[in-house]
Amino acid sequence: MGSRASTLLREEEIEEIKKETGFSHSQITRLYSRFSSLDKGENGTLSREDFQRIPELAINPLGDRIINAFFPESEDQVNFRGFMRTLAHFRPIEDNEKNKDHTASEPLNSRTNKLLFAFRLYDLDRDDKISRDELLQVLRMMVGVNISDEQLGSIADRTIQEADQNGDSSISFNEFIKVLEKVDVEQKMSIRFLH
Amino acid sequence: MEDPWGTALALFQVWISVLLCLVMLPAMFGLSLGVTGVYIQILVQILEWATLRIQRGRKEKTSVPIPLPNGIIHRDGGSMAQEMLEVRGSRPGGDFTLGDVFYFYKKGMESLVDDQVTQCFSSEELASWNLLTRTNQNFRYISLRLTVIWGVGVFVRYCLLFPLRITLATISFTWLVISTTLVGFLPETSAKHWLSEVAHLMFYRICARGLSATIRYHNKCNRPKKGGICVANHTTPIDIIILANDRCYAMVGQVHGGLMGVIQRSMVRSCPHVWFERTEMKDRNTVTNRLREHVTCEDKLPILIFPEGTCINNTSVMMFKKGSFEIGGTIYPVAIKYDPRFGDAFWNSAKYNMVSYLLRTMTSWAIVVNVWYLPPMTRLEDASQFAQRVKSAIALKGGLIDMAWDGGLKRARVKDSLKEEQQKMYSSMIRKTNSQLIPDLSPNSLLTLDVDIGLIY
Repeated sequence: MGSRASTLLREEEIEEIKKETGFSHSQITRLYSRFSSLDKGENGTLSREDFQRIPELAINPLGDRIINAFFPESEDQVNFRGFMRTLAHFRPIEDNEKNKDHTASEPLNSRTNKLLFAFRLYDLDRDDKISRDELLQVLRMMVGVNISDEQLGSIADRTIQEADQNGDSSISFNEFIKVLEKVDVEQKMSIRFLH
Repeated sequence: MEDPWGTALALFQVWISVLLCLVMLPAMFGLSLGVTGVYIQILVQILEWATLRIQRGRKEKTSVPIPLPNGIIHRDGGSMAQEMLEVRGSRPGGDFTLGDVFYFYKKGMESLVDDQVTQCFSSEELASWNLLTRTNQNFRYISLRLTVIWGVGVFVRYCLLFPLRITLATISFTWLVISTTLVGFLPETSAKHWLSEVAHLMFYRICARGLSATIRYHNKCNRPKKGGICVANHTTPIDIIILANDRCYAMVGQVHGGLMGVIQRSMVRSCPHVWFERTEMKDRNTVTNRLREHVTCEDKLPILIFPEGTCINNTSVMMFKKGSFEIGGTIYPVAIKYDPRFGDAFWNSAKYNMVSYLLRTMTSWAIVVNVWYLPPMTRLEDASQFAQRVKSAIALKGGLIDMAWDGGLKRARVKDSLKEEQQKMYSSMIRKTNSQLIPDLSPNSLLTLDVDIGLIY
């Protein structure tokens, strides 16, 4: 008479995911039911189409970028571990984690890792720089057809000018962090999971 | 060798005659022997006991996860404009910043984890287990007594109730075909109409008995009258049986082959239903005109239409297609709400075909349903706003969530125009030099996927 969803998810796996991502036991089982309900093919992995089926995600202008974040280089399927690892970036930072010393590796949902996640959504070619083209691509996705190329170009140029400190006409990760140092990243890039 | 067959035959005859007396005769007169009522009461007692037992078990064993009826996450309600303002902080003007993307990422992730729409297309999750294996999502072994009761339940449902229900279903369909064909031979008199109504009502009543259905009708004074259109929220094909137990409706649908076709042809012999050929269905005008013809004839039965276009899981009402509201005539809205404790009535047509759905329904405990007749409405505004008004009234009465999303999203992709709306809204935020708060566009202005009438089977 066990629950259907978590008999497929072994206790050891749940423990491993808990250690890696910091989610609680019940959150992991809840997210596993969500994963299973999205997995229409019932083969334990999700494809891009499974994500596209969510209407609210499909109409999000940056929906495709978000979906891509789940699929590491050139793979087409993501399993539950990968799903949780990506979601973990959006776990809120708890108070008892804020003052931990960083002898252990940094948790996935630290401020730096959240910013790195956002940075990687801009920086598609993974050269650790947001070039003018990459910035333009994201801008174009967000505004659609409503702003002309020249205007968009000038917005991109201005953004790079303000952020760029070493004069290479692109934004490195450190420059990215500097621009956003006053922004409450912890709140903006966190989802409030219920326990 | 003769003996076993003889006794089997005799038993069978006894069985059939018992059924005939106890079920069919009362159905003819619309009476009830009260057996179903007693059964439901016993069930409620058992389920309440089971709920308490499970709750006690959860307190003792804290490792058992509790199902979360409120969803996995808590969403902040901020609009796009508010969020952008917070990210941009004290920057002058409303220009783009690198942090603007956070809003979209967060919203995207939230919808990935828990969205309103996809959960409408799967069965409602119960707060407490109702002793059916199929709803056993997150419930673990609690006690021996519970397991024994569950075992008894399995025996009762599969070995006692299921054969009974199958027999009743067969009897009812045979009755329908025979009686409507016979009535069809009569000349067009008021006696014929009355007999046809009796024949149809009997069929639906036997079906309802067959499913152990307890139907409570509220506000019978608002019952749909002749020459009107009845609209209701759609959860399952059994909705038709539920509604037609009270009065006769003219059905609207596609012409099918096979068994359904036989039933359709015999039904139409005794009273005018509206069946469309496949080719006619594609032409919206033909459909609308034929329905309009039917409606303007004052003494024809009211048409039954389900404007959502597909089965939804009875927690919310999705967008009503405006086609049905352009026909004219008086609209009689009806709200239908099933009690999920006794069995999951929702037909998940993506997961189960009709036959497995019927088998699952026949092996559930029962069907307990509340039907509210709402006061009639007529069109004063344009069709889509009228549809919205009717939908809100139905959602309010039935205690369902009023959703603006299209039920067609069960199978089709969402339209690109919705993404374009979001892009437009964001663009207006970076074009203005002074950031003003722009009201967030709710999905109420969503365009429809296909502007058609609604559900035509």
